[in-house]
Amino acid sequence: MSAIQFQNIVKHYGDLQALNNVSFNVEEGDFFALLGPNGAGKTTLISILGGLARASSGQVSIMGRDVVADYRDARRAVGIVPQELVFDPFFTVRETLRFQSGYFGLKQNDAWIDEILENLGLTNKANANMRALSGGMKRRVMVAQALVHRPPVIVLDEPTAGVDVELRQTLWAFVRRLNEQGHTIVLTTHYLEEAEELCNRIAMLKQGRLIALEDKAKLMNRGKARTLRVRLAGGNLPLSLADQVLAEKEGQYELRLSDLSEVEGILEQIRMHGATLRDVEIAKPDLEDIFVEMMQGRGAAG
Amino acid sequence: MQGFSTLFYKELLRFWKVSFQTVLAPILTALLYLLIFAHVLDAHVEPYPGVRYTAFLIPGLAMMSMLQNAFSNTSSSIIQSKITGNLVFILLPPLSHFEFFAAYVLAAVLRGVVVGAGVLLVTLFFTIPPVQHPLWIIVFALLGSSIMAILGLIAGIWAEKFDQLAAFQNFLIMPLTFLSGVFYSIHSLPPFWQGVSNWNPVFYVIDGFRYGFFGQADVSPWLSLSVGGFTLLALATLGWQLIKSGYKLRH
Repeated sequence: MSAIQFQNIVKHYGDLQALNNVSFNVEEGDFFALLGPNGAGKTTLISILGGLARASSGQVSIMGRDVVADYRDARRAVGIVPQELVFDPFFTVRETLRFQSGYFGLKQNDAWIDEILENLGLTNKANANMRALSGGMKRRVMVAQALVHRPPVIVLDEPTAGVDVELRQTLWAFVRRLNEQGHTIVLTTHYLEEAEELCNRIAMLKQGRLIALEDKAKLMNRGKARTLRVRLAGGNLPLSLADQVLAEKEGQYELRLSDLSEVEGILEQIRMHGATLRDVEIAKPDLEDIFVEMMQGRGAAG
Repeated sequence: MQGFSTLFYKELLRFWKVSFQTVLAPILTALLYLLIFAHVLDAHVEPYPGVRYTAFLIPGLAMMSMLQNAFSNTSSSIIQSKITGNLVFILLPPLSHFEFFAAYVLAAVLRGVVVGAGVLLVTLFFTIPPVQHPLWIIVFALLGSSIMAILGLIAGIWAEKFDQLAAFQNFLIMPLTFLSGVFYSIHSLPPFWQGVSNWNPVFYVIDGFRYGFFGQADVSPWLSLSVGGFTLLALATLGWQLIKSGYKLRH
């Protein structure tokens, strides 16, 4: 059974088509990244998952439960951290978390609440009013609210947008531990290095369409845009290579490689030209390069 | 039912934490109305034979306070949560439609009843109205508060901005409550306005409530109960459908 199944999701807002026939699964135990520029439909997809929005057509299930027909069981199985920073100013942190537990049908959840508070560095804020917390602290409470019912699936919609480094590290250490304990994690983020570091599977959305869905390792290999960095000890770069130069900085040239097999030819041209190499380096693409490449429309997976 | 009781308790706490504004202020307002109207009119008006104006006015003011506060509680809670965005914390959990509906409405009914009881309590210093049929008093207190609590729920769901809610309140709720016989017996009105009042469900709720005190009213309490009950049923059906369909809550 997949943790989440999206089947042919279409979503219109009036004339605007926010999602166009999106289908994919998130498997149990995945640390899954959902990437895409603003307006790609990530948040809409998560809203449909959580019942905050309704798909125009298509079906979503969480741990095998349909989010519309079987909404109560589906919602018990998922904890969502919304993207917008929101809070109820009437209550303290502990009250907020107790209420959230109650909404999920849980009584006497304080032991787990204490554990979450501890893990998110909120213990000494437990009795503070929500209004009195800084933005980062409020964000932590939102994460805690999504976890009160120990959901098997945890969804974080840009949890680190505008958040300080300390929280980012605390948060990721905690989420990683939850993932190791068997929770499925879905994350949307603008910080591609986070997705690269944490996730094992990646989906990319562009203008409401799924354009990539792969294991991270495979996706990283797909990026063709490697670069060759050479530093010369003497002489200069042959003119025949001028077209391939991406950048030059203090005697180091960055050359575009469309394929690894080009390396030998380039090095040979440099030698023939009479220049001597001091240093050679092949840079692998990072997720950001691949992301940019895919968003520009090359290598679309349909 | 843990979900229901938690949401109900949260809604109670929400107004109770600011009870100065949500409970004491409306009681003071009602007291001011009583002071002024009783001072001006008590010697000149006898709405029912043997019933002084001050005594007549008290149940009307109590009911008006109940209606307005029941309406305020659901409508302001929902619109605040919608506008600040924290309604997601209610929409994401597995609360059933019934739990959502019942928790908001009952908390508002309770606020209405607390304010109404407070108004009756402070007005005891002026005059003690007779209590002929306590059961009718309770029935109409609950009926009136429920009607307005549900109307507030509907208004809170419908309104997207505070000024839309204010329009609902000023152009619908205020006329309905003021033109309902709070301050007068509708028999004292010209025939046209009597006819208009007969179409106002709030009139029946106040009239039935008053019957519980004086054993006399403009119409039979059974008629008032029927009209009030029908109104409650119609609004409850509408409110329930809105929640079930996710109207303006789940896009």
